[in-house]
Amino acid sequence: MTSEKAWRADVYVALKAGVNDPQGLAVRDGLHRLGYDEVSQVRVGRYIQVWLEAPDEEAAAARVREMCERLLANPVIEEYRFHVVRA
Amino acid sequence: MRFAVITFPGSNGDHDALMAIQMGLGQPVELVWHTETDLSRFDCLIIPGGFSYGDYLRAGAIARFAPVMESVRAFAEAGGPVLGICNGFQILTEAGLLPGALLRNASLSFECAWVHVRVDNDRTPWTRALAPGTILRLPIAHGEGRYYADDATLERLEREGRVVFRYVDADGRVTPEANPNGSLNNIAGVCNERGNVVGLMPHPERAYDRLIGGDDGLRVLSAVLRAGVAAASRS
Repeated sequence: MTSEKAWRADVYVALKAGVNDPQGLAVRDGLHRLGYDEVSQVRVGRYIQVWLEAPDEEAAAARVREMCERLLANPVIEEYRFHVVRA
Repeated sequence: MRFAVITFPGSNGDHDALMAIQMGLGQPVELVWHTETDLSRFDCLIIPGGFSYGDYLRAGAIARFAPVMESVRAFAEAGGPVLGICNGFQILTEAGLLPGALLRNASLSFECAWVHVRVDNDRTPWTRALAPGTILRLPIAHGEGRYYADDATLERLEREGRVVFRYVDADGRVTPEANPNGSLNNIAGVCNERGNVVGLMPHPERAYDRLIGGDDGLRVLSAVLRAGVAAASRS
């Protein structure tokens, strides 16, 4: 059952470019060991899905941006991006 | 002096803190559940270590919204002494009561060891009894203790002398080898602008008796008693 007001936000959170990401370095080294020598950099982040209701896409995006700033990401160390689709 | 130790679901250092204050300091102390909101009967607060809310999302990220945190914020803003240990430090940074953030250790390993830290600021209620340069031997036990702040914040913290504890070797030298987690500038603990809120990754409450490996932690916990006396004599 879909509603006109039902949206899903796909949120990607990752450490800011300048913040050392030891997980990414470890995964990169693993890929190198598997023979993927073309890999120059890996950064590991987090993928979060949020289902919400909002009158339109713009309103949903505004709410999700606020959620990112307040909880889903820590602006001190992380950056985020997201897109909103119909749920 | 009346101590509160705030307990969240997943805290595991709360009973260590309770024991340290009861047995090490001989002071009255209560565990305060995270749903409580009245902290008026306490003279100082300890936010203990552990894995509050399973460290879900980020260490300390969910605990920051616990009902008790509004009261912790009010207590801190009124100048009350607050000490965040390990996960407590992470919670205080997530809550914005302390600057910076704690990231995954550079080693990617959970680091469990005795380390040396140097007291670089003796103006906080938790270090007042200690001369700058004092070296303490304390245990650490964390997976996410790598202190990070952006360049401007770091510069400001150093300029204002707000780095309270720094990882050093046994002789007090700041070296990469003495840094257990990759923290910027070997930072083990910082304070807020006013100096009343202090957070550190090492565990002073797990070093209150030589029987358990050391008693240097007692020097941090007992400093607040002297600070309390000073505050009382001023008023």
